[in-house]
Amino acid sequence: MAGKPKLYYFDGRGKMESVRWLLAAAGVEFEEELLETREQYEKLLQDGALMFQQVPMVEIDGMKLVQTRAILNYLAATHNLYGRDLKERALIDMYVEGTTDLMQLILMFPFLSAEDKEKQHALIVQKATNRYFPAYEKVLRDHGQDYLVGNQFSWADIHLFEAILMVEEKKCDVLSEFPQLQMFKARISNMPRIKKFLEPGSQRKPIPDDKYVETVRRVLQMYYNVKASV
Amino acid sequence: MPKVCCCLSSSQAIRSSLMAGKPKLYYFNGRGRMESVRWLLAAAGIEFVEEFLETREQYEKLLQDGALLFQQVPMVEIDGMKMVQTRAILGYIAAKHNLYGKNLKERALIDMYVEGTRDLMDLIRVHHKFSPEEQEKNLALINERATARYFPVYEKVLKDHGTEFLVGNQLTWADVQLIEAILMVEEKVSTILSKFPLLQDFKTRICNIPTIKKFLQPGSQRKPPPDESYVVTANRVFNRK
Repeated sequence: MAGKPKLYYFDGRGKMESVRWLLAAAGVEFEEELLETREQYEKLLQDGALMFQQVPMVEIDGMKLVQTRAILNYLAATHNLYGRDLKERALIDMYVEGTTDLMQLILMFPFLSAEDKEKQHALIVQKATNRYFPAYEKVLRDHGQDYLVGNQFSWADIHLFEAILMVEEKKCDVLSEFPQLQMFKARISNMPRIKKFLEPGSQRKPIPDDKYVETVRRVLQMYYNVKASV
Repeated sequence: MPKVCCCLSSSQAIRSSLMAGKPKLYYFNGRGRMESVRWLLAAAGIEFVEEFLETREQYEKLLQDGALLFQQVPMVEIDGMKMVQTRAILGYIAAKHNLYGKNLKERALIDMYVEGTRDLMDLIRVHHKFSPEEQEKNLALINERATARYFPVYEKVLKDHGTEFLVGNQLTWADVQLIEAILMVEEKVSTILSKFPLLQDFKTRICNIPTIKKFLQPGSQRKPPPDESYVVTANRVFNRK
């Protein structure tokens, strides 16, 4: 029960990356079992370790948690990153749902055909600059505080920071019209645990490549024909 | 209009009447993503009002007023907030009305279960958008997922602890969302529960809870399955196709 959380996923970002970010920001050490073969996955299925036959799965506090949202909620709550009351939690939930929707566009990116990648790239940049970043820019501008919710660091800040970095990997100057977000990014980058997670050698995973796509397809026998979002 | 106490300033009075007011749901006159919110409010015995989007102009006004954080509906005005994002809305209602478990571990279980039912319901939510050929494939997928992935899990949960509800021996958001999912799948595959005796019992029990029984009766705010006019309205409001 006192052991480190253990993450079951591929050796890549996917849906598990937000979990790695949250654990790192909370200063929690974790282990990973990286899925490389179909057999590993089938063994997990046979052992009944995956409630809905899916990963991510995280062994923590005697539970085998599945469903990214459930995992993240639990970690945020247990590490005091989920606000002080129901209303702060409501704000955090709204904000992370927004960044989740944005990151979902990027999540499927490596699985797309070259032609669809071009479309998706444009969509990601458009949604980031017209829908999501303006919302967070306004939140920060309106209250003038360092963090999104309740004047204290929360899961919403970590998630937004992760989303910003991911979009910047697609368009490096995407924050050019968002001065508040630029300052936010600088502030969060300088937090010691975040700084550490950003350094080489951490458990942060790199941008997904063809090898990652091939591994996921081989292990899950799925995602052969993913289309760009409309 | 509620009576105004003479010792409050008028803006305080308006604020307090708003706070005490019913939640207001902004969405189409149809199920979509808002239906789970209607279910949860109904199960909790909370009266609510609805503003139905019928025209592009209504939607654009909401946008201009800055009422939609990410330019999207569902949106629910509740307790002085304009909440968006279905999960955020549901989480808030569940927590506020004691439907989110007694502790973090119960909440984790509820979260896992509602995410599972959400994935299943998402398959059905988009069904009407497909061509007849795609609908056939989707129906097979819904059937397969319900019977091989999701319902076995909930059947086992009920079997293992032998109590009436999924989590913590009391009604929670997980039960409400599961009953919604069961009824939705049954509309597509009427015999879907044939191999799940405990879920059949669960369905009977939950449907007999007074607030839920009331919601299932004609004249409630429960919406029917999507039809042609629902699709046409949504497309018009969002300038699609």
